Amino acid sequence: MEAVLFGITAVLALAGGVGVVAARQPVHSALALLLVLLSLAVDYLLLAAQFIAALQVIVYAGAIVVLFVFIIMLLHTRSGEGPRAGAGLPRAGAGVLCGLFGLALLALAAGVRETAPPPAPGFGTIQDVGRALFGRYLLPFEAASALLLIGMVGAVALGKRLRPAGDPSPGRPQAPPAGGPARAR
Amino acid sequence: MAATLLIDAIKSAVILGGVLTAFAYVTLLERRLLARFQLRVGPNRVGPLGLLQPLADGIKLIFKEHFVPAGADRLVYLVAPLITVVAALFVYAVIPIGPPVRLFGREVTLYVADVNIGVLLVLAASSIGVYGIILGGWASDNKYALLGGLRSSAQVISYELALGLAVLGVVLAAGSLSLVDIVRAQSHLWFIVTQPAAFVLFLIAAFAETNRAPFDLPEAEQELIAGYQTEYGGFTFAMFYLGEYVGVITMGALITTLFLGGWQGPLLPPVLWFLIKVFAVVCVFIWVRATLPRLRYDQLMALGWRVLVPAGLLNLAVTALVIVARG
Repeated sequence: MEAVLFGITAVLALAGGVGVVAARQPVHSALALLLVLLSLAVDYLLLAAQFIAALQVIVYAGAIVVLFVFIIMLLHTRSGEGPRAGAGLPRAGAGVLCGLFGLALLALAAGVRETAPPPAPGFGTIQDVGRALFGRYLLPFEAASALLLIGMVGAVALGKRLRPAGDPSPGRPQAPPAGGPARAR
Repeated sequence: MAATLLIDAIKSAVILGGVLTAFAYVTLLERRLLARFQLRVGPNRVGPLGLLQPLADGIKLIFKEHFVPAGADRLVYLVAPLITVVAALFVYAVIPIGPPVRLFGREVTLYVADVNIGVLLVLAASSIGVYGIILGGWASDNKYALLGGLRSSAQVISYELALGLAVLGVVLAAGSLSLVDIVRAQSHLWFIVTQPAAFVLFLIAAFAETNRAPFDLPEAEQELIAGYQTEYGGFTFAMFYLGEYVGVITMGALITTLFLGGWQGPLLPPVLWFLIKVFAVVCVFIWVRATLPRLRYDQLMALGWRVLVPAGLLNLAVTALVIVARG
């Protein structure tokens, strides 16, 4: 049962990954990314980490990808599809890198034990995660939250500095976004 | 194992059937109540008291021509309403509508799943529901639809924060994220009494989350025609409509569960209590729509970020302090 479910989510995640790279429309790429993230959430569920699974959906699928879609819609519909530069790597180089990555994965997979021990009761519940975060990992957790806060404040400060002086309507786009997919094509 | 699966399947089917029927009649209820608020009569011609009106509306919508705008992104255009419907219906898996009952010699719980993270699941479903709106607006290739979709997603994301903060107050008071435990924690006193600030916050955020008046900017007729639904017709339109009204019923069920003691009440059977409370909250939603004018967009954002979020944080801090002080 679990193996079958894992197979399905793995295939979906890989398909999504290919979709992110291969899609011609930025919005389609974002949707493919959404597929990857949701498949991963199901994988977390299979690993008995239900809290992490819920967070994966709320934070990544529900907030971050929405932000991506939002920004793509605001920018790309106005300017048309952005220049699709080449990948920056010759094909042969990309092939060699992919091969090396595959070898590294194989080496890792060879070292993995066949069956993991069953999780302890209560593993992956919110109580368990909370105890770990505010007990054993308190310092890294607080440090990470301070780092994120610094990042946010920095982004706001940079955004303020980049605005041209004398702009009467700060923070508003100069022209409304002009339409949907056809105009982006 | 097989029996459990069968029971879960039957429960899901019954709940889905119930919710869909409720959806149909909430549309009628809204039209009749709005008419009364505006000193009109409302639709009363189809069947006795107009009770067959939802059926007539449904048949009409199904037989309409299926139409996709020329510039639309076909796949996304068709997937968007589906996302809305699935996200709206998914929530009902974790909402308890009554205590366990004995049916056919077997203990049956009146919820599909009591998960450790019930509240988070509800929030996750609502955050996925945003995609239906934003993608529908984008894929239609219409500037009004796009603007409506953008407005709506900004609004829903902003108010989700206030909604989550209000829920956190209740979660702290109940000591659990499971909706079943939250109902159980209210057996003596409903959370609307001990968490009044959270209740008000949740109610306001719920209006915004469901894109209802006074926060119905995504579909402000005068500015945006019909917002993200502009290019939808027939069955796909019905699906958006369904998502919207099921969202209202969901918020009713959530407010009942989180603040009004869930299925608990004297004399009447528990399931009936649950339905009465949900009905009352839905009526409040309609009443508010008939009473309040629409806000401006900047007012909406200012209210969300400058009033509701700080108030939610304050409520959370006070609740935490009280709980720690009590030990």
